[in-house]
Amino acid sequence: MNDDVLELLFTGLGETLYMVLLSTLIALILGLPLGIILVATEKGNILESPRINKVLGTIINVVRSFPSIILIVVLLPLARFIVGTTLGATAAIVPLSIGAAPFIARIIENSLKEVSFGKIEAAMAIGANPLTIITKVLIPEALPSLIRGLTIAVIGITGMTAVAGAIGAGGLGSLAIRFGYMRYRDDIMLATIITLVILVQGVQLAGDYLATYINRKRYKFD
Amino acid sequence: MSKMYITPSSKIVALENVNLQIQQGDIFGIIGFSGAGKSTLIRCLNRLEEPDSGKIVIAGQEITAMNKKELQLARRKIGMIFQQFNLLDAKTVFENVAFPLQVSNYPKKQIKTRVEEILELVGLANKSKAYPLQLSGGQKQRVGIARALSNEPSVLLSDEATSALDPQTTYSILELLKDINQKLGLTIVLITHELDVLKHICNHMAVIEHGKIVETGVVEKFFLNPESDTAKRFISILQGFQEKRVYKEGEGI
Ligand SMILES: Nc1ncnc2c1ncn2[C@@H]1O[C@H](COP(=O)(O)OP(=O)(O)OP(=O)(O)O)[C@@H](O)[C@H]1O
Ligand SMILES: [Mg+2]
Repeated sequence: MNDDVLELLFTGLGETLYMVLLSTLIALILGLPLGIILVATEKGNILESPRINKVLGTIINVVRSFPSIILIVVLLPLARFIVGTTLGATAAIVPLSIGAAPFIARIIENSLKEVSFGKIEAAMAIGANPLTIITKVLIPEALPSLIRGLTIAVIGITGMTAVAGAIGAGGLGSLAIRFGYMRYRDDIMLATIITLVILVQGVQLAGDYLATYINRKRYKFD
Repeated sequence: MSKMYITPSSKIVALENVNLQIQQGDIFGIIGFSGAGKSTLIRCLNRLEEPDSGKIVIAGQEITAMNKKELQLARRKIGMIFQQFNLLDAKTVFENVAFPLQVSNYPKKQIKTRVEEILELVGLANKSKAYPLQLSGGQKQRVGIARALSNEPSVLLSDEATSALDPQTTYSILELLKDINQKLGLTIVLITHELDVLKHICNHMAVIEHGKIVETGVVEKFFLNPESDTAKRFISILQGFQEKRVYKEGEGI
């Protein structure tokens, strides 16, 4: 492999990492409260509110039913509004974050629901308020599961960046399309795929390690 | 007080015109068969379950008249222990016991002393850094008791606290409760379906049957002169068991 391929690869990897990190971060900032609200407003839970639960659930389902490429295209005008352009990695972060937020909200909802209601009742019985229950009971108790869920989300977002790459966002996806596919550069195609595989493996390993580490500490081997 | 559960298929009257008075400093047992409404009753006392009608007064405060905020404050002085322990797995024993204190804005500097004191009382001083998943059932329930007691409640509610434990551990937990009752003058309301538990530590008791209180009084009366159906059945099961055992033992000679 020659130097310019390596350079292309490095730039692509850099852009992908940039998009994945920022999109995950923003999606988490949006999705975490949504996931918490989904759980807390459920029937019988600490902030029971069937209406909020229903409305939020529906919105999340609607956004999630868009195929990611359509969602990205639909949200590009918003990117122009926020970052001033529809091209490049920074522009892609807008649709990627918004697309991933409902996904993350559902993943977080799932993890939080694994916390047995008895623990929440125990916290209610000592007079804890809902905010304390969320921050001191729900989230810490669900932490290993939350981390595993976030690992899935990061990998999903990595896949979405490749889709965004195909329509001008840059990154490894765009490299594979522009060179590997359109210019028949099998070497570049192969190199991007290998890089992506290593990236995804790395994310998965890190997530597993962290979740297991916490479980070990609590002596709950799995 | 009354309580009804409304399910999609039916309405279940879990409690019907329950009227109970429990003296301060008493150990009060509530006994009844499965499904009689014992858990519902005790959970209504701190409003984990909302009663449909009636009034609950604890230590002169009308629990049923409180708004959310007031209820939170009142609950800080009502300890509760659960059959399934419900400890927080993410927190150490120390942190579990400290949690009610933090929630109650206990002076920060005194939390450590208080937790150590209460862990000493339940005999777990050496386990303060352990996590609940590293403990045995009996130890977990001791943590549950320590957590319920750390903020110096005036009442302790116990829903089958010993049902998940072996007889020896049950005995040591009951001794602990008795000890606490004497040392701290704490009122204990406990639910059980084990006669041994009743006999061992309760002073007064109530029998609950299909959501109604059918008998109350001192514990001795329950054994000597049972009136209600439930009480008679409990006693006859016990006697039947004893007779069988005597018979079997005699058979061998
Ligand atoms: N959340 C609920 N929804 C509907 N019905 C309920 C609910 N909780 C309890 N019940 C019903 O109320 C009745 C009383 O239940 P409760 O749990 O108080 O019984 P219990 O005396 O504690 O029994 P056990 O000894 O088995 O714990 C039962 O008929 C039960 O099916
Ligand atoms: Mg019960």
